Amino acid sequence: MSDEMIPPRKPPRQSVGLLVWSKNNLFASLPSTVATMLIVYGLYLSIPPVVQWALLDATWWGSDGTACSTDGACWAFVTARLEQFIYGFYPPEHQWRANVFFCQLVLLIGWLTIKATPGKKWVLGYSLVLMPLVSWWLLYGGLGLEIVATHQWGGLMLTLLLALCGMIASLPFGILLALGRRSDMPVIRALCTAYIEMWRGVPLITVLFMASVMLPLFVPEEVVFDKLLRALIGIVMFQAAYMAEVVRGGLQAIPKGQFEAFNSLGLSYWQGMVMIILPQAMKLVIPGVVNTFIALFKDTSLVLVIGLFDLLAIVQAGLNDPAWLGFAVEGYLFAGFVFWAFCYGISKYSQRLEQQLHQGR
Amino acid sequence: MNDCLDEPRLQKPLNSTSDQQVTSLIDIRGLNKWYGQFHVLRDINLQVNKGEKIVICGPSGSGKSTLIRCINCLEEHQQGSIVVDGTRLTNDLDNIETIRREVGMVFQQFNLFPHLTILENCTLAPIWVRKQSKKEAEKVAMEYLERVHIPDQAHKYPGQLSGGQQQRVVIARSLCMNPEVVLFDEPTSALDPEMIKEVLDVMIELAREGMTMLCVTHEMGFARTVADRVIFMDEGQIIEQAPPAEFFDHPRSERTRKFLGQVLNH
Amino acid sequence: MGQSHNNVYQRLFRLWRNGDSRPLLMQALVVLVVLLLVVWVVSNTMNNLEHRGISTGFDFLSQEAGFGIIQSLVAYDESHSYGRTFMVGVLNTLLVSSLGIVFATILGFLVGVARLSANWLLARAASVFIETFRNIPLLLQIFFWYFAVLAALPHPRQSLAFGDMLFLNLRGFYLPKPTMEQGLAPVLLSVAVAIVAALVLQAKNRQHRVRTGQGITAMPWLLVAIVVGIPTLVWHFSGATLSVELPQLRGFNFRGGISIIPELGALLLALTIYTAAFIAEVVRAGIESVPKGQKEAAAALGLKPGRVMTLVVIPQAMKVIIPPLTNQYLNLAKNSSLATAIGYPDLVSVFAGTTLNQTGQAVEVIAMTMAVYLTISLSVSLLMNIYNRRVALVER
Repeated sequence: MSDEMIPPRKPPRQSVGLLVWSKNNLFASLPSTVATMLIVYGLYLSIPPVVQWALLDATWWGSDGTACSTDGACWAFVTARLEQFIYGFYPPEHQWRANVFFCQLVLLIGWLTIKATPGKKWVLGYSLVLMPLVSWWLLYGGLGLEIVATHQWGGLMLTLLLALCGMIASLPFGILLALGRRSDMPVIRALCTAYIEMWRGVPLITVLFMASVMLPLFVPEEVVFDKLLRALIGIVMFQAAYMAEVVRGGLQAIPKGQFEAFNSLGLSYWQGMVMIILPQAMKLVIPGVVNTFIALFKDTSLVLVIGLFDLLAIVQAGLNDPAWLGFAVEGYLFAGFVFWAFCYGISKYSQRLEQQLHQGR
Repeated sequence: MNDCLDEPRLQKPLNSTSDQQVTSLIDIRGLNKWYGQFHVLRDINLQVNKGEKIVICGPSGSGKSTLIRCINCLEEHQQGSIVVDGTRLTNDLDNIETIRREVGMVFQQFNLFPHLTILENCTLAPIWVRKQSKKEAEKVAMEYLERVHIPDQAHKYPGQLSGGQQQRVVIARSLCMNPEVVLFDEPTSALDPEMIKEVLDVMIELAREGMTMLCVTHEMGFARTVADRVIFMDEGQIIEQAPPAEFFDHPRSERTRKFLGQVLNH
Repeated sequence: MGQSHNNVYQRLFRLWRNGDSRPLLMQALVVLVVLLLVVWVVSNTMNNLEHRGISTGFDFLSQEAGFGIIQSLVAYDESHSYGRTFMVGVLNTLLVSSLGIVFATILGFLVGVARLSANWLLARAASVFIETFRNIPLLLQIFFWYFAVLAALPHPRQSLAFGDMLFLNLRGFYLPKPTMEQGLAPVLLSVAVAIVAALVLQAKNRQHRVRTGQGITAMPWLLVAIVVGIPTLVWHFSGATLSVELPQLRGFNFRGGISIIPELGALLLALTIYTAAFIAEVVRAGIESVPKGQKEAAAALGLKPGRVMTLVVIPQAMKVIIPPLTNQYLNLAKNSSLATAIGYPDLVSVFAGTTLNQTGQAVEVIAMTMAVYLTISLSVSLLMNIYNRRVALVER
């Protein structure tokens, strides 16, 4: 029985601090110690030479391959061709239009992702409906802007365009397919299931081949299909199947009571779907949609195979330039880094979003 | 529903041979329903008049929820006829929508729309089904929210309200459609005990104002206070129906007695 | 006249507003639209093919192909038919996919377990591996290995050699090739028999252990002895010889032995590493899905950490791991089609590439190619459904 309260004291020296942490996390057991040693040795062997090559000995500027020393990285290859990597073969005097396209993107994404900004529903609506049209007008031309043919589009601009348009266009189709797959009507359910399973079971390359080679056969001879449009159609049809599965997961998570509630109030199927069910379902599947977008962003590199010049293809083409031979590593590291930055950034955002949505529920 | 396909759309209820007769608001005759092979509703005959308050009780699995869910077509029946306010319930979508406009429903699990505010929950159906203007619908909604004593919550989201408050919103939401009858499917079963009273109080007020109500509930005190008739169901059948005094004090069937014994003991 | 028209419309409208007939009407409408679309597409296609002078039908499969393929698991040369090229392509796709699946699984499991290691450095290293290779397109990784790394290998004359047996150079990776001689057949048979015997013995021992609590403790050693000893004895007594064909430098190239061409090497490296990063995440999620209380309970019962893993954690984790794992396998099989970008002769490259270019019969070729991948996907999905159902039932 003690009336006096024990005042808090500091813990003994041995249980906290860097030394103790190291002991527990790096040297806890013999295998662990061995692993630590091996990794540290590996880092020691690899990091200094890489830093030496990539930063210290590197050449950053130059007009052709001879400007680069043989010891260090030749980043001049990247800096000299940066414009091409970003805009493809877009005529320089019109590149401001592409810049407006980029700015619009940054603005919209910023508005949608920062928590504090108001009016997100309007911005989302603009992004899904008006932005593709505005972007198309900016990049293609017409209505006061000079026309720039699609075969001149390329680089990062094309990659972003393919991924965004593919995503946005596949959303409505994916939603319809998901609703169809859950339908009570056997014919519709069978058709939607067949569509989804078919497009999910084949590689994107075969879809692109199909779109590129077979699409012109499917339409009357007079209709001429732009190559970019063919690729986009293939991508949208492919992506719609994956979107359908993601949306279907969200629909399954909506409790039956929501359906009964709007039914009992007298709302029709479509009224209930549009105003009650889909808003809730789409909110649930945002992380899934973002993951699908990341996959699509990586997959756009496949258009190289059908002759479109996305970022990877443009880098690849640059490597074949006689003025710049032998800098494959630099080129791929740069392209890899750009893709990595986008994908990693988006996936981190998606994780944060998932946490937020989890807490909100 | 197959036998109803060819029947003409009725404008008058079946028993309108005499003008002096009180016409039933809800007229159920020979109702039978099966879940696969399981005969869940057996030969139900029930008439509910305007202004009547009916309480349906019985052991779980007796079909009481299924019965009231058949009335607004949340469940389909295979045999028999249901006529609500002169409209026969067939598989004609216009009939179903007409009936659903006139029948309000309060669910055990609330089923409020979580992504809309309380006010939006209440104005949604009046705007899109009854084609009222937004101003009109909001005015009516605020009136009903005051009737259920939570006007200050109008701009909050369902997730921010307690269970008792949410259920009162559900009552207001169904009242905003100006229904002829409100169905209650175990409205207090999912509530914490301390919130049951606030919801029951609102239901009692509603009853006093003359709303036709059909309640499935275990709250026997409510039944005694408010009901005009208490119906006991077991194994898909209506075993007994009587005014509360008679029902609770002099139950005629053995099964009713047994059930009352179990329910009223605590 | 107008009256009867009105009646028809009214009747149609009533049918549309009827809960029983509406679904039928709607489905009939959908079928009609789809049929019309199909008819339109087919007629356009027939017209266009005729105008371009492209023949239809599958006769082309028996025509002579006239092009070479750098790697084939079956005998193939230019005189073989297009149908044969199809087979070569399918086999190569299956080869890459199977090897990729095996390697990616091993690497993926290692990295996944490392990610959960108590050693902070190891866990971070695994994390870096996963986050790096998951977020870079596979095609870029293939290019990197093929154009940047493997292109930097030395010429055959300056090969990187490991003794007399292994050679690594610009043209490929060369290994010794074991050749089947007489008398080797019984030895291989005895290996199979020994493995079966070992498995049976292991199962019996386990049963005995469960029933009576006693078993042969030196079991692992005994099993090894059986699997190694029996074939060795058979070898000794049958007098079989194992001859090995060593790769030899003749002129500018190596001859003999097994060669792994750089295209296959780059493809395998990229596929393995890329898929392993995803598999690692799947494994990690699976192991983390087992509630911590399971490990604590097992430890409280006195089980050693190794046994806790094998008896309690891994079996439960596998249920969560297997569906997404097979999904990754399917992705790997589909991704193997990227071989076309570096010229490895897989199905897409050989058939939907060269053969399509030469015959122009796009519809037949692409349909056949897609059919192969669809078959693979659907069969794996079917097996997965059966597995899921079995596992779920057992839990009930």
